[in-house]
Amino acid sequence: MSDVAIDNKLLLRMYRRMVMIRLFEEQVNDLYTRALMPGLAHLYIGEEAIAVGVCEALRSDDYITSTHRGHGHCLAKGAAIDRMFAELLGKEAGYCKGKGGSMHIADPDTGNLGANAIVAGSAGIATGAAFSSKRLGNGRVTVCFFGEGALGQGVVYEVMNMAALWKLPVIYVCENNMYNEYTHVSEAAAGDILARGPAFGVPSESVDGQDVRAVYSVTQRLAERARRGEGPSFLMANTYRFMGHHVGDISREYYRSKQEEQTWKSERDPIKVATEAILSQNIADRAALGRIQAEVKAEIEKAVQFAMAAPYPNVDEVEQDVYA
Amino acid sequence: MPETAVAVRELTLGEAVREALAEEMRRDPRVFIMGEDVAEAGTAFKVLGGLVQEFGTDRVLDTPISEAGFTGIGVGAGMTGMRPVVDIMFGDFAGLIMDQMANQAAKIHYMSGGKWKCSMVLRTTLGATRRSAAQHSQSLHAWFCHIPGLKVVMPSTPYDAKGLLKSAIRDDNPVVFYEDKMMYKLKGPVPEDDYTIPLGVADVKRAGDDITIIATSSMVQVALGAAKLLEEHGVSAEVVDPRTLWPLDEKTLIDSARKTSRVIVVDEGYGRYGVTAELAAMIQENAFFDLEAPVKRMGAMHVPIPFSPPLEDATVPTERTVCEAALALCGK
Ligand SMILES: Cc1ncc(C[n+]2csc(CCOP(=O)(O)OP(=O)(O)O)c2C)c(N)n1
Repeated sequence: MSDVAIDNKLLLRMYRRMVMIRLFEEQVNDLYTRALMPGLAHLYIGEEAIAVGVCEALRSDDYITSTHRGHGHCLAKGAAIDRMFAELLGKEAGYCKGKGGSMHIADPDTGNLGANAIVAGSAGIATGAAFSSKRLGNGRVTVCFFGEGALGQGVVYEVMNMAALWKLPVIYVCENNMYNEYTHVSEAAAGDILARGPAFGVPSESVDGQDVRAVYSVTQRLAERARRGEGPSFLMANTYRFMGHHVGDISREYYRSKQEEQTWKSERDPIKVATEAILSQNIADRAALGRIQAEVKAEIEKAVQFAMAAPYPNVDEVEQDVYA
Repeated sequence: MPETAVAVRELTLGEAVREALAEEMRRDPRVFIMGEDVAEAGTAFKVLGGLVQEFGTDRVLDTPISEAGFTGIGVGAGMTGMRPVVDIMFGDFAGLIMDQMANQAAKIHYMSGGKWKCSMVLRTTLGATRRSAAQHSQSLHAWFCHIPGLKVVMPSTPYDAKGLLKSAIRDDNPVVFYEDKMMYKLKGPVPEDDYTIPLGVADVKRAGDDITIIATSSMVQVALGAAKLLEEHGVSAEVVDPRTLWPLDEKTLIDSARKTSRVIVVDEGYGRYGVTAELAAMIQENAFFDLEAPVKRMGAMHVPIPFSPPLEDATVPTERTVCEAALALCGK
């Protein structure tokens, strides 16, 4: 693998983005706990390096599709935190005027085709976007994010087959956090996941999803490949969700042990992994990283205040946007 | 309503569903449950807790997230000696399983000249106002009602849920059984004994003289609340629950319409080309000359269900809006 080198500025930028996602999600959890947020949310804590590493390797006009666990993808692709919070609270100022909520953030300005609450629901959309890019010759790549649970859906294999037949510029990024809700991947996916793509001629590989540098490098390579017209690829990022399936999933011991959670948190935290890299290579010192955290924290606080104070949409809005 | 006379014990609707399943699984070894996170997790709504402990993972099977695939397996198993109860977490996922239900399960009996039978139950959910947005809030039961060969069951109380689910499991046809997510915690009397409620028998949930409110699933509770409000305005409302949308107990609905001469139909699905349209048409075809006013239909607004609470709340009928519609119909 001839993966590209990562310069210091880029690593610090990715560090900041990961911290932003982490603090954003902690704030979401807090809003839920204090009964200030309607409904539920699926937190991305623990998986930040994937969204950040992938999206940093993309152009700003490249497309992504996201999932129910989508806040990290949207933020990594450039969404503004104040409008994200506003959407999560159902406010008019949100990305979707409050109509989408946590699971449906969409934003054409950042190439976000939409977060999708149907598992594998965006596989077709992502592949269709890649189809457009190829026909329109605009050089855009599409990344289709999904959890390993989506491997259960037939549509994934239908579109991978067509993407390979037609050499479409799409990267299928499978975030394997090992659990489909409350069921372990070993009970849901038979055989070798990485052998599935090659059966269609879709090159497939895995990456350490806790190491933002590794994710960035491999995505760079796969995106270049797609842009050269060489077709789709499949990337499995191995990771772990540190929190529950959703914010209300508090007692988890019937499906995974506290010990397992603790090991991932203490040994495989993507922010810790990046911190160690930054410190050991003398890219920045602890104080500098502390300043980044404080800055992000202040931004988050401001954004959440904005969202809390923002008005709900007018009730007439309910009938707008049904048709274009 | 014999139920109140018999029962003292109260269960939630979720508990009633679980009890029906447990009793049927004890009675008939062919019955098994299949779906996502139905075993240790007891479903996303925590309705089936304890079943895997009693019946084991051979009869309470966790599946991959492969709705089309495991629904199809349910169809095949239901044709060949098993009695599957397939669990589809959110009714919105009807989109994923429609071919298996509409083109396979619904048709095999007829296409085979009556030779094959498909005895399966598909349990799924409906209902908005959980702040779950457009892909997890729909009430799409009309889709199944449209297809000859499928039966569609919509319980509105814990008592009905238990009796109807047992009948559904014993039926030799594919039956779609709808549970309203917002009703899982609703309590009501449920006898401990083995009773069934036949599919195709409506129930008058409240007798009245001035207006008939035909309501389904959680809208029955809304209609009962509206009936109370109407009482304060001196209007006596009869609430009729068809309980199964197909087979449909037309007679009970028509009799009530003739008696009161005014009818509102309330159902949480979309009105356009939906359940309320069908029921209103049926009433008008059969009781036209007994009616004092056109049949009024109330359902979800014709929009995808929005996330934002004030918008979402506007999309579904409430006790207040049903009461207002009833007053208008009565000229008050
Ligand atoms: C088609 C479909 N089936 C079931 C669900 C319910 N559901 C929501 S998230 C989820 C698990 C998804 O697991 P995975 O794809 O691995 O993503 P993760 O939650 O681990 O990020 C399930 C079953 C759904 N939203 N869509």
